[in-house]
Amino acid sequence: MDNLLEIQNGIAISRASVPQVPSDVFFKSLSEFVKNEGYIVQFFAYQEERSYRLLAVVRNTRLFVIGTEVGKTFRSLTGAVSEKFHLFEREIAEQFGLKPDGHPWLKMVRYHKNYTGEKDVFGNHYQDDIPGNYPYFTVEGESIHEVAVGPVHAGIIEPGHFRFQCAGEEVLHLEIQLGYQHRGIEKMLPDLPQKRLPIIGESIAGDTSIGHNLCLCQALEALADIPVDRGASIIRTIALELERIANHIGDLGALSGDVAFNPPAAYFGRIRGDFLNLLQVLCGNRFGKSLVRPGGVTQVIGEEQLRIIREKLTEITPEIEHVCDLLFTAHTVQARFEHTGTVTEAMAKDLGLVGFAGRACGIAYDARISFPTECYAELPGNSNHVTNGDVNSRATVRREEVMHSLKLIGLLLDKYEVFMDSLIAVQMRDHDLKPDAFVVTINEGWRGEISHCLLTDGKGKLQRYKIKDPSFHNWTGLAMSLRNQEISDFPLCNKSYNLSYCGFDL
Amino acid sequence: MLKIIRNKLEQGCKTTAYPKEPISLYRRYRGLPVIDKNCHTDIVSRCAAICPQDCIDSADKTIDLGRCTFCGHCETAGNGGFVRFSQNFEMGAADRQDLITDGTLPILAAHAKQHFKKLFGRSLQLRQVSAAGCNSCEADTNVLNTPFFDLSRFGIDFVASPRHADGIHVTGPISRNMKQALLDTYDAVPSPKVVIASGCCSISGGPFYGSEEIVGDLSSLLPVDLYIPGCPPHPLTTLHALLSYFK
Ligand code: SF4
Ligand code: SF4
Repeated sequence: MDNLLEIQNGIAISRASVPQVPSDVFFKSLSEFVKNEGYIVQFFAYQEERSYRLLAVVRNTRLFVIGTEVGKTFRSLTGAVSEKFHLFEREIAEQFGLKPDGHPWLKMVRYHKNYTGEKDVFGNHYQDDIPGNYPYFTVEGESIHEVAVGPVHAGIIEPGHFRFQCAGEEVLHLEIQLGYQHRGIEKMLPDLPQKRLPIIGESIAGDTSIGHNLCLCQALEALADIPVDRGASIIRTIALELERIANHIGDLGALSGDVAFNPPAAYFGRIRGDFLNLLQVLCGNRFGKSLVRPGGVTQVIGEEQLRIIREKLTEITPEIEHVCDLLFTAHTVQARFEHTGTVTEAMAKDLGLVGFAGRACGIAYDARISFPTECYAELPGNSNHVTNGDVNSRATVRREEVMHSLKLIGLLLDKYEVFMDSLIAVQMRDHDLKPDAFVVTINEGWRGEISHCLLTDGKGKLQRYKIKDPSFHNWTGLAMSLRNQEISDFPLCNKSYNLSYCGFDL
Repeated sequence: MLKIIRNKLEQGCKTTAYPKEPISLYRRYRGLPVIDKNCHTDIVSRCAAICPQDCIDSADKTIDLGRCTFCGHCETAGNGGFVRFSQNFEMGAADRQDLITDGTLPILAAHAKQHFKKLFGRSLQLRQVSAAGCNSCEADTNVLNTPFFDLSRFGIDFVASPRHADGIHVTGPISRNMKQALLDTYDAVPSPKVVIASGCCSISGGPFYGSEEIVGDLSSLLPVDLYIPGCPPHPLTTLHALLSYFK
């Protein structure tokens, strides 16, 4: 660990202080760190004049950074050390045309031209629209059949392609191929005027508008030394918790629908709407878009909003308890939730699952506790005890987190009252960013760890903007959930994670 | 069973009476802009400069609702001098040009393709195609199926197969990677068919305009019949647009 530099969430440092080590030292340090209960937060490439650099942000109970320079190939750690490197290495190959040597499944991630004009690692020319030239993992044998689903699915859902290798009803392997939602966000961000950044931050994944935009705004605040009022911090925290509740409740309803138990599906669907409407009370948009901007929030909570939120929470908390009770005590529901889509703790650790999906397997990590931003340092955490890694565990964690978040919002509203009359809303404006600086921000979105990483050049212009949605870690978890599972359980397993396509595709 | 009944009693009937009765949205919601044409050019320019979507034309004093994300920055920057946002969510348009507005929109129900009302007025089946947006548009379309909005009581449904559909409802700025699947879906819908562009992404590329990885404008690929602005459109904006256009 000697080669790694300890850093703080959301504190900018000069790029010169990021350790640059020879590549063999880099890979050795990373391997050792990851083998000892270490996890990858960010691992990406960037261009420095004519050379290529790799940068890794890793965590155990603390946060570290390390960097190196590489040629057009670099050493793959996926097969040799941990599955955690798998997608990160493929992403580096796709974005920069650098080849991870010895990668066991070197395939494109999102299907796009690389940023550098290097020879394409995957042999694609990108003249054809997707599907281009890429392989799928196949299982061979007489009674094996393949089921292909998507990109357009049977519902109002984002596009993605699922390829099942089955023996009868049993799924031997599921490969999830995304990329259909790729908008080129990382590539476009550094060249945009600052006024467009939060709008895009809120649209990386719309169900995580607050989470991603918080990462973006905190990063700009760190790079420009912008202070944030405590009152504004409280509002941001409330918004992030409202976002969490809305999504968890919506998914509990969808899970209920997937096991054909309609009453909770209808009730939760409607209750989710109430939470989206509370975000609309905060800022005028049901997804919290336009609320968070560098330096604070664009709308403050006044007496009227405070009253509306409090009254709604008082009215709705018992309803949520009752509908949860209805859902979780139904035997037919239990029979379908339990032992379905199980991922073991060992597997979850090897994949590096994050968020509630990780917690449902027994990985306690919650960025609100480990690397708190905004008001989290002063708020109680939640600990979950059902950790079997199945659909039931994921649903139960979400139920608990909804109740926990409701409590947090109550506490936050009490804290807020003293700031109510003095808090001033901020307006969007441009800020000068520090030159040659580096910052990483982490927030616990409702799906798990969201992280943004920014590098500025000598003039204070953004040079590299790296985004990681928790789905980047967790899609592989869904694939593993389907192993030896009946194919008809796919919708249920899928909803228990409800991962983001656009957050992954960027 | 008892629990189901108890919950049913607690929940009651929550379906909105809209459109029979008016419904009002919370005052912070930003709907159709109210524009002051007599506003001083300096204020309009200030609003145009802050607009992240560059959708304010300061010479004409208009806003392009096909690009606007309704972030409200122009309202705050100009102190409401140039534009204030009303709570009127009825913003659908049949013509792209109509979305470039001084605050007024033509009556949607009087659109030029009245034959669609005869064809689909009693039953409209739509295939939704999600093409590279942020999934909020999809989410707020999906809620039309919740008990509060209960879309199917109007004879409107979202269906799984394009073969069963009367048209497509498209969200997102259409990534290069989704373009072919979108066109295939359109081709699979039997004629006569309608095309609906929902959200500023599918109308103009939305927040992602200028990216090389997107098409950015559905009407450059397919003939669009109905535009529903917003980021995302409020469910009531979509409901109003569908009912006015087809009923
Ligand atoms: S509300 Fe629309 S017009 Fe006003 S600043 Fe935002 S995007 Fe521009
Ligand atoms: S229009 Fe706005 S809400 Fe809709 S998909 Fe695009 S970014 Fe998301």
